[in-house]
Parts: sequence; C-alpha cells; structure tokens
Amino acid sequence: MNPIQQFLFIFLLIFFGYILLRRITIIKRNILLGEKKYKTSAKKKTRLKNLILIAFGQSKMFKKILPAVLHLMIYSGFIIINIEIIEIILDGILGTHRIFNVLGMPYYNVFISVIEFFVVLVLISCVIFLFRRNFMKIDRLRSPELKGWPIVDANLILVFEIILMLAILTMNASDLILQDLDRYNSTGNFYFSGFLKPLFINFSEMSLVILERTFWWVHIIGILLFAVYVTYSKHLHIFLAFPNIYHSDDQEKGKMNNMKSITNEIEMMMGLSSENVEEPPKRFGAKDITDLSWKNILEAYSCSECGRCTSVCPANITGKKLSPRKIMMDVRDRSEEIGKMKDKGLNHNDKSLLGDYISTEEIFACTSCNACVEECPININPLDIIIECRRYAALEDSNLPPEWNSMMQNIETNFSPWKFPIDDRSNWFKKDV
Amino acid sequence: MKVKTINEFINSNQKPEILFWVGCAGSYDDRYKKVTKSFVSILNHLRIDFAVLGDEEGCTGDPARRAGNEYLFQMQALNNITNLNKYNIEKIVTMCPHCFNTLKNEYPELGGKYDVVHHTEFLNELLEEGRLISEKTNIKITYHDSCYLGRGNKIYEAPRNLINSLSENLHEMKRKKENGLCCGAGGSQIFKESESGNIEINLERINDIQEVNPDTVAVACPFCMTMINDGVKEKNLDKKINVKDISEIIEENLKN
Repeated sequence: MNPIQQFLFIFLLIFFGYILLRRITIIKRNILLGEKKYKTSAKKKTRLKNLILIAFGQSKMFKKILPAVLHLMIYSGFIIINIEIIEIILDGILGTHRIFNVLGMPYYNVFISVIEFFVVLVLISCVIFLFRRNFMKIDRLRSPELKGWPIVDANLILVFEIILMLAILTMNASDLILQDLDRYNSTGNFYFSGFLKPLFINFSEMSLVILERTFWWVHIIGILLFAVYVTYSKHLHIFLAFPNIYHSDDQEKGKMNNMKSITNEIEMMMGLSSENVEEPPKRFGAKDITDLSWKNILEAYSCSECGRCTSVCPANITGKKLSPRKIMMDVRDRSEEIGKMKDKGLNHNDKSLLGDYISTEEIFACTSCNACVEECPININPLDIIIECRRYAALEDSNLPPEWNSMMQNIETNFSPWKFPIDDRSNWFKKDV
Repeated sequence: MKVKTINEFINSNQKPEILFWVGCAGSYDDRYKKVTKSFVSILNHLRIDFAVLGDEEGCTGDPARRAGNEYLFQMQALNNITNLNKYNIEKIVTMCPHCFNTLKNEYPELGGKYDVVHHTEFLNELLEEGRLISEKTNIKITYHDSCYLGRGNKIYEAPRNLINSLSENLHEMKRKKENGLCCGAGGSQIFKESESGNIEINLERINDIQEVNPDTVAVACPFCMTMINDGVKEKNLDKKINVKDISEIIEENLKN
C-alpha cells in the first residue's frame, strides 16, 4: 500500500471515529433526558446472570426456533468476523498486507477459513431473512407502524451485510489468485473463497489487484459507514441490548412501581411526614419522554422492532390500535426529536409523547397482561411506559374513560369497584340464600 | 356454612391459622360468591381455622392503580394495611389473583408485609401434605391461565397439579402458561367497554377453548371467570362447556 492510501485510511478512521463519537454523545444525552431515579432492583449476581444468559446467550430468542438460529448465526458471525477488522486496521495504518500472515501456515489460512465459514453463515442467514421479511406473510413484520422508514431500515441492514460478506469473499478469492501469480505473499488456501477462484481466473493481474484492493476498501469503509448508520437505526440493539438487559428489573412482573411522590403527598396530608420530604415532581405520570425514566428511553433505543411484543398483545391481536412495539418506536422518535430541538435551541413543548405520538385510545386498551414484557428477547417493558401515561391521564389530565371514573368513585365511596353498599359485603355468609 | 370474622376470633381470645381475603368479586358478584362458598366449604371440611375481615375488607386498589389513579390506590392500600396490621395478620389466602398480586407485591412498600398465598397454592400444599383428598373424575378439563397468577407471579404448576389430582383428562390450549392469552379483563378493562377492534379478547380466547373442546374450563380468577363465562354464553356454548373455578371442581369431588 502506498503512503497516500495509508494517509487516506488514517484520515477516514479519524473522520468516522469523530462522527461516531458525536452520535454516541447525542444518544447518551437523549437517554439521560429521562428521569434519573431508576435503579434496578436486581442483585448484581442476577444482573450478571441475565447478561450472560439473555444477552450473550440469547436465551429468550429461542422461543421461536428458526429466527433464533438464523439470528445466532449472524450474531456469532458479527463477533468472529470483526476479529479480522483488527488485521484490516493494522494493515491500513502500517501499510502492510495481511499482517497476521506472520503466523504462517496453517495458522493463518485456518484462521481466515474459520472467518469465511462465518461469512457464509451470515450470508445464508441474511438472504433467508430478506426473503422472510419481504415474501412471507409474517404478521409482525408487516404491521402498520413499520410503514416507511422502519421497513427500509430493516432491508437496508440486510443488504448492507450481504454486500460486506460478498466483499470479503471476493477480496480473498482474488488474493488467492494473485498469490498463485506470485504477486502477493503465499498464505495457503482459504477454504471457502478457494471455491470462487474459477470466477476470477481469467482476469488480468492488474484487474485482480484492483478487484482485491477495491473490495478491501469496500469492506473497511462499509464497516465504518455501518457503525455510524447503526446509531440511526433499529440495529442499535447490537450494542444497547447488553446494558439494557444488565439494568433490567427482576421483580415479579405483576408488581407495579410505587409512586413515592404520591406516598409523600398522602403522608403530608395526613400530617405523618417528617420535615425532609422530597420536592414534588413537576408532573405525576408521563406526558412526555422527559417524565419517563432513563431506562425507558434506553429501552426505546435498544428496541430492534422485531414485533414479538405486538404479536402476543391481546389488544393488538384483536384489532385494537395498541401496539407495544409502536410505543417503543414512539418513545425513541420523540427522544430523537427533542434532542434535535435542544441542539437547535428550540422549545420542544409544542408537542408531547402522549397526544402527538401515542393516543389515549392506545394506552387505555392495555390489559396489563405482561405478554409483551414476557416476550421481549431483551427485557424491554412497554407496560411500564403505558402505565406512566395512564398515570398522567388520571392524575394530571383528568382524562380517563367515564366508566373508569365511576369505578373509582365506587371505590372511594363503597370500597368496591361496583356500586354495592359496604354493609352488604358480608351478605354472602350472613344472609345466606 | 361456618364463617367467623377476625373480630369474633379476637373476642374469644383465639388466633386463626389464616386470614381469608374474600375480595370484592367474592363478596358481591353472584357467580363468584358460589366460588367463595365452595372454597369455604373445603376449608371447613379440612377443619382449617380461618377468619374473614367482613365489612372491614375493602378493595385492594388494584383497578385504581391499573387505571392510573395512584392516589386512590395508595389511600385504599393504607386503609387496608391499617386494618390488617391492627389484627396482626400474618398469613393471607385469597382467590383473586389481582388481590393476591397487590397484597403480596405492592403492599410491602407501603408498610403491609404478610405471607400471601393464592388459594390454588394453598390447596396444592394441602394436596401434597395428603390432607386434601378428592375422587377422580373423567371430565375433560382445560385450564385458562390468569395473567396475574401466571406471568405476573409465575404460578403455573399449582393449579395444574390440583387439576391433575382430579382428572387425568387435562387438555392444554395452544396458548398456555407464559404464552397464555389474557381473558381481556385485566388492567381495569373489565370496568369499561373495550376500544374498537375486530373481536373482543374473550371471544378470541373462546376460539382457543373450542379447539380443545372441553367439558369444563377451569379458571382461578374472578375476572377470567366473568370474561370466559360471557364468551361461552355469547357463543351459545353454555350448555356444552362449564366454566368453573378450580376450588368448585375440588369441592364437588371431595372424598369424605
């Protein structure tokens, strides 16, 4: 590699590194737009166990076996293939060619062959995924909330990965022929790209060099582009799933979080409170993402939009508007929007999450059955957000369905959600019929 | 039917083994009152000393909390906790998974710490101790998981154990346990009309039930009972399919 290429490489590395760093800063800032109070109740041991089993081990994916296996192939491929990035980066900076070849035969060519094995796995999986997404009738991949960008995003990632994988194989195949021509140092055969040699055997030496170099650049630039792209995409789950699972709660799913602020209010009202009660919050419940916890927003950024939640939601299955996936997508979109407005110094209070993104019709349809929470492969909890929105509707906006207001009035006056007199509570055993 | 209030126990200087938390449905709903009576007659049959709060019991606040009214929930909770603590209650048994979840998981933070068990867990313990003995029947039963018992509190086996002790004919629906489909009542839905859609959630569940075509659908929750009952009636299946709480099936087959 000549010094100009070396210079260009280092420049690109710094350039993309800078953009990536900026995006990470913005996303971190957006996540921290949420309330700071959340802390998982899980013990450190449980958190590590979850990290190993659910995040690294993808245990919750295996409820659906085919996508789980295909996903596992891409996931393991992603990790293994990226080892080669180290070599590419070293070559780029130092101007060397296949620096790891110092390992010599058979170590180096076996190493590359193993990588190629995963390249082939990823390639197969991506093609099947592309087919599934576009040609098979899988309801959760065709929901209305996916119209437009989310579907394009999902397909783009798959096409992107296919191009990257083909780039590696082409690069390696042309490299092998150039080795036969004694143009490049010999490494020994690479198992998979070895089969592709006949495709390029009639190319001139010059075109082979161009081919090899071009795909080397396609590969590294592709990866740098991908890294930046991911921060705008549902694909961010490849990084954020890990902290998201680590910070997830392990209390019984039926338990809803206590609002300490309300306990304080009640204690104050009853004259039970000590002097040092916390400031009341600026708002009870959630109208906007700034009322949610940082964990809720982290979940939104971690969501891969797979739609397993929506596919088991009883409200959604029966045709109601509520879709837990859409709740997560809305939280993310709104967080990005507020982030952008903050960067421009604009006021973001003209719109809000509840009202402009999520309607009350959606949040009122939830049965709090926890099917979505149970189903999520990375422990996202859409129910928590729905309840926070209901709390806003009840406590701040007084905008509940009228039947709920009567139910609550009954509780207040009769200590029962139905309109029965308190004195009749013991009738079932006192006035036996 | 022998039922004593906690006050009667205290007045005669006695302490009950358990407090039976009846719940609003168990106290007021005509259909569910029958379940209450079945459970009580099992308790009496096994000579278990239990007390009820009587008129001092009040809604746990679950529907208020799920509808977003945290204030009303906490007021209800404080009221109930004051009563329960006044009587030094240690162990509570309840038939309602919503009461169960609230008492067990949500009251401790507000100062109410008790050993709370669902009646299916309680009966299952008695079964395993060999105290609860029933005749085998050959009715074909399917079990509908309550969300607040199942996913909400991971209680899947106790109700199934009980059913298996009654009948060798337990047929599961496709959507069961962790994948069980909600009856449509939770999250305060039972207290209002549902939002517009293609089908009511309980009728979607009836389709699951029809696939199995059981003699009896066993439930373990008053809300599920109402929803499944309504669905069965709406589909004119009420002559064919019975909807019963597990404790009712046990009571019918108690061995003397």
